[in-house]
Amino acid sequence: MGKGNILSLLILTLVIIIFPIVIKDTYLHTIGIFAGINALVAIGLTILMGYAGQISLGQAAFYGIGAYISAILSLHFGLPVILSIFLALLVSSTAAIILAIPALRLKGHYLAVATLGFGEIIHIILHEWGPGGPSGFGDIPKMNLFGYTFTSTNDYFYLVWMCVVVIMIFSLNLINSMTGKALQAMHGSEIATQTAGINLTKLKIKVFILSSIYASLAGAMYAHYVTFLSPSSFSLFHSVLFLMMVVIGGISNIWGGIVGALIITILPEVLRGFKEFDILLYGLILTLFLLFMRKGLVPMTIDTYKRWIHR
Amino acid sequence: MKFFGKLLLIILAFIILWTSPSYCKEPYKIGAIFSVTGAASFLGEPEKNTVLMLVEQINKAGGINGHPLEVIIEDSKSDETQAVLAAKKLIEKDKVLAIIGPSTTGESMAVIPITTSAQTPLISVAAGASITQPVKERYWVFKTAQYDTSAVEAIYTYMKKTGIKKVGIITITTSFGDAGRKALLELAPKFGISVVADERYGPKDTDMTTQLVKIKSAGAQAVINWSVGPGQVIVTKNWHALKMGIPLFQSHGWGSKKNIELAGKAAEGVIAPLGRLVIWDKLPDKHPQKALLKKYVTDYEARYKSEPGTFGGHAYDALMIVVDALKNAGPDKKKIRDYIENKIKNWPGTGGIFNMSPNDHCGLDMTAFEMVIVKNGDWEILK
Amino acid sequence: MSLLLQFLFSGLTTGSVYALVGIGFNIVYNSTSILNLAQGEFVVIGGLMMWFFFVGMKLPFATSVALTLTVAATVALLMERLTIKPLLKKGDLLLMIMVTIAVSILIRGLLMFKFGKDPYTYPPFTEGEPLVIYGAVITQQTLWVIGITALSIVILYLFFNKTMLGRAMKACSLDIKAARLMGINVSNMVMLSFIISGLIGAIGGIAITPISLMEYDKGAMLSVKGFCAAIMGGLGRGRGAVVGGFTLGILESFTAGYIHSGFKDAVALLIMLFILFFRPAGIFGKTETLRLRKF
Repeated sequence: MGKGNILSLLILTLVIIIFPIVIKDTYLHTIGIFAGINALVAIGLTILMGYAGQISLGQAAFYGIGAYISAILSLHFGLPVILSIFLALLVSSTAAIILAIPALRLKGHYLAVATLGFGEIIHIILHEWGPGGPSGFGDIPKMNLFGYTFTSTNDYFYLVWMCVVVIMIFSLNLINSMTGKALQAMHGSEIATQTAGINLTKLKIKVFILSSIYASLAGAMYAHYVTFLSPSSFSLFHSVLFLMMVVIGGISNIWGGIVGALIITILPEVLRGFKEFDILLYGLILTLFLLFMRKGLVPMTIDTYKRWIHR
Repeated sequence: MKFFGKLLLIILAFIILWTSPSYCKEPYKIGAIFSVTGAASFLGEPEKNTVLMLVEQINKAGGINGHPLEVIIEDSKSDETQAVLAAKKLIEKDKVLAIIGPSTTGESMAVIPITTSAQTPLISVAAGASITQPVKERYWVFKTAQYDTSAVEAIYTYMKKTGIKKVGIITITTSFGDAGRKALLELAPKFGISVVADERYGPKDTDMTTQLVKIKSAGAQAVINWSVGPGQVIVTKNWHALKMGIPLFQSHGWGSKKNIELAGKAAEGVIAPLGRLVIWDKLPDKHPQKALLKKYVTDYEARYKSEPGTFGGHAYDALMIVVDALKNAGPDKKKIRDYIENKIKNWPGTGGIFNMSPNDHCGLDMTAFEMVIVKNGDWEILK
Repeated sequence: MSLLLQFLFSGLTTGSVYALVGIGFNIVYNSTSILNLAQGEFVVIGGLMMWFFFVGMKLPFATSVALTLTVAATVALLMERLTIKPLLKKGDLLLMIMVTIAVSILIRGLLMFKFGKDPYTYPPFTEGEPLVIYGAVITQQTLWVIGITALSIVILYLFFNKTMLGRAMKACSLDIKAARLMGINVSNMVMLSFIISGLIGAIGGIAITPISLMEYDKGAMLSVKGFCAAIMGGLGRGRGAVVGGFTLGILESFTAGYIHSGFKDAVALLIMLFILFFRPAGIFGKTETLRLRKF
């Protein structure tokens, strides 16, 4: 991985470590936790959309599956949290495979709507069959790693963001490896990639599963933090929010996932005074970004920096 | 000279401000979490408006024992995550003495672990029984909205009186409808009633004729609809068009003149258990709730040009209960909690007459409702 | 028998709106290969603006309809000129999908801002007792909805097949290059397709509101179901969407009626997924035509 990435990783780690020390406001820590959880989803979605050129309007489904399965296994079946999370990722990947095999034969719009349909179906399932139905359920066990229970906001902040760092390292490596280059080639031209002898469908499925795992990991972390779940947190609206994170952050750079997640998580806080306008502002921001800044913040910043260097 | 004149004026102003009651004592801070926007905004908006209006009235009258009242209102956007964030902010940043709200059962459940571990009294305005039960695990939690089970009991009691034995229920697939459905199914046998049909519909559905027809063909003697939002109106219109010939009962969410307006003549004859706020003008003058209801409704309508509805009333009750506790027990979280649990007895509010106790952190039962029928486009209390 | 008929009528009512939305999808798709995920919002615009003119401003019925349709057409025009046209050249599918989603959110936000979250309604076009056919009840407004849908379909058919303009649009959908060579202004055709589909959506909204009320956020669900209708009939085939829409409405009604009302919504989605996965050309489409479409 390039020098730029290594530097960024070091800076990120540094910021994560000193943030709770410098900023005493635990409320901001909580926002940071949610931003980190969202970042996990956004990074996976960026890889799927930006590098593999596939679209998903149903990421909230995997987010929800991860949350619900992990919660149910640890609450109703008494399994240790870490095992529950692992099994939740397994269930999520299985769902991803089942969806991906027929869906990835579709192109463009069809794939988009297939993922939208999938997302809605999962939402209905959670709604009808999830514990507590539409009212949701609580008392979910807190995150517990090898005997240590994460109760304080501080602890959780470090946990979530360390996960983000690990996922980033893994993802950056992936993109730079052979698979990653194949992905980018595929996005550029499927025919050329096929001629080069790379099995396209297998690759697409792998990426789809990867993004689903990131999303369900995030969901599990959400469940064991808030300790209460209901289907209303996993709707089409949330899938669209994840999409917005990728668009704003930059579809072609996975650092964009982090930036987009931060912005979208902080946005409601900033908009607290604007009540009636919130949906309007979301729509406006998204539209304007797509019209004028569709490369996304991270790629645009990098471009500006490069131009400045080569003045 | 001019300069001294100005200085004198400024000093004078300071003296006046300094000695005026609202500025000489520390404000009492409480927090409020309402779903002002989002799917449940029909709850949150009147709740927020009510609180704003009351705080102004209280402070104009000198505050609480001279202390100004400050209510910091947060919008949860009908989202549990936002409700959790709001609760944390109010407790950790604003250091409030108590929190009123949230507006929905789901959000209340999400917030309970936080307020409990922060040992801050929470007075929810949502209906779910699980908010205050089991009481042993809800030491710091109270609520002012009637139990949905109480509303069901009111309906079933009336049905028993009028000899209805078979009912068909039709409920919306949201947590409000779901809670009602569970209550309807659970309580029916206790009243000798059997539920012969159990139909459901979604919040955005446009036509419920199919479900109603199934209910009729199952042999029901009455239909009970449990929802809030346009669903209530559509069911009413469908029921009317089908000329079902059996009475339609609605949940306590029916209590808004808007519903009668939207349903038109289809609303004629619909029966529902309603909190007295909606029918305050039909109450006898001596009724303990009438005076406060009259003041609340007329003030609200004058200021906001719309009716507060039962939901606004829940916020009224929650705030006034906390104000009462502050007045008598002072700005201490534990003392406030103890006061609410033990001293709110025979306390007339908009939702009913509250009787809190260590075993009941809601304090209302089915007597909080009146059975009301729509006659000639207006409410009428059924005897 | 009356039970079956009742379910049928209920299905036809909801199916009409799905059909209209589906047709709208097809018209835009045919001229641009874009799926306009904001299609459902035009139904909401139709319902809410009709209330605004008819009840809010107490204008006469015909004037209100005309004004509502004008508003819908204007919104569609603005959408096309400001967001679709500039981005269409990029040929980036992902982008187009997201733009239509963004615009749908924007429209929804504007509607919420103006109308709030309350449901709105207005009196049915004609007042009177519902008809009873073999024990099944059908309200007069339902007949209006079905009738207006049928009329719209006929008008569209005539437009696309008998008028120069309509045939020019049809030409674009078949082969853009050839159409250009024949001197057809493709850019104008695209604009027109958006306007027409906006109008159709609005017509549906105007008709259905007296029955089912209208709120600012009904659009999303309608877009999804309307899209299901279009897919079922084969994307791009006008008559297919009609059949798809009515079929969907009836299937939902029968599911609620004979199986379990909680699963109604899942029906549409499952059918759509099934068709997408196994017969993407739809019930009527031919797979070869599908492959020829460029994405």
